[in-house]
Amino acid sequence: MIALIDYGAGNTASVANVLKDLNTEYIITNRESEICKSDKIIFPGVGEASFAIRKLNLFNLINLLRIVKKPFLGICLGMQLMCDESDEGNVKCLGIFPSRCKMFEGNDIKVPHMGWNKVEFVKGSKLFDGLASDERFYFAHSYYVPTNEYTIASCNYGIDFATAMEKGNYYGVQFHPEKSGPAGIQIVRNFVEKC
Amino acid sequence: MLAKRIIPCLDVKDGRVVKGTNFVNLRDAGAAVELAKRYYEEGADELVFLDITASEEKRKTLLKLIEDVAAVIRIPFTVGGGISELDDIDKLLKSGCDKVSLNTSIVKRPELISEAANRFGSQAIVAAIDIKQVGSTHKIFIKGGKEETDKFGMLWCIECFERGAGEILLTSMDKDGTKDGYDNDFLKELCEKVSIPVIASGGAGTKEHFLQTFRDTNADACLAASLFHYNELGIGELKSYLAENNIEVRI
Repeated sequence: MIALIDYGAGNTASVANVLKDLNTEYIITNRESEICKSDKIIFPGVGEASFAIRKLNLFNLINLLRIVKKPFLGICLGMQLMCDESDEGNVKCLGIFPSRCKMFEGNDIKVPHMGWNKVEFVKGSKLFDGLASDERFYFAHSYYVPTNEYTIASCNYGIDFATAMEKGNYYGVQFHPEKSGPAGIQIVRNFVEKC
Repeated sequence: MLAKRIIPCLDVKDGRVVKGTNFVNLRDAGAAVELAKRYYEEGADELVFLDITASEEKRKTLLKLIEDVAAVIRIPFTVGGGISELDDIDKLLKSGCDKVSLNTSIVKRPELISEAANRFGSQAIVAAIDIKQVGSTHKIFIKGGKEETDKFGMLWCIECFERGAGEILLTSMDKDGTKDGYDNDFLKELCEKVSIPVIASGGAGTKEHFLQTFRDTNADACLAASLFHYNELGIGELKSYLAENNIEVRI
């Protein structure tokens, strides 16, 4: 059973559709008790960082998500919220990855970073089983996580940034696997079956 | 490098896809969900649905359409048509679409752009802008191109950007349905003046038109409707052609 965290702004329907494709049981929830009963957690994120953290506080999920030992996958804003802090709304986040999210800047790039970009796998991960480096995935974000020691995939948009991270049971991807066609479905399948 | 996007647009009325010339004379092109699935399988990068249903049942049919479409495609899609309330946007996004496009409602109440961007993030808010040449300038038209406003083309595009729109979907009404190519002059200038992604719309007739727009302007995506609906041009064929001509696309 996968717990799909719904904090009120994330787009849970699209991730749920992929889990249906994979015949995986899931529950859409914001309750601590149901998350505790699940085997794995997916944290899809859309929206604004400080709003999301306020909601997680409201549902009393911050501590649970910081210490949980189950496989945990953060998507897009979900991954950013796993960092120490974010410039978006200047907010303290879950503190799993020692990084601060920054906004894209520069005269030659358009913000948001929106569309299909190439992802380079820089470290081996179960998340990438069956996929080749330089595959394109769909991105839609204005803030990014700088490359750090837990980076397992990177992408270039003005600068190289952390596109996927892994630390113990915690995984994060900046792109939207649920919107990235067959390659994206493979990422979710790997998380569900192998992580 | 970010790939240039190819986006089929589906004008939907009561669940069926329709397409007219210069915003009138609608003809039927099939069921929306089936066409969406076909485009996903052919390699479309994204889809846009514009709901032109004019009835009280509109909202319900639109939510149902989004759920049905989200069930069969795994690429992003945008939904537009008569959206004017934050709570409507909330329901649409929760049903499974990724972005909403706003047109008439933001002309009438421009604050809606920033309100929506603050609540849902800029990446979810597309400013759909219909321009038409009037005298020596471009004016903004609303209500599906039926009503002229006092807003000027470029100024309104810049205002939408400044208010927090995440993307501009620019339709040239002069070009729409003509198969004469996109309005590259306007697009070129627009891409120099805003630093958000721009989608070109209106006028695609051949694959050369897509190449011309990607070469001559800094547009991020090209949108077309009838060209794809009636199998005049396949998405796979178009993307191969662009790749052969050194345009970055997702194959």
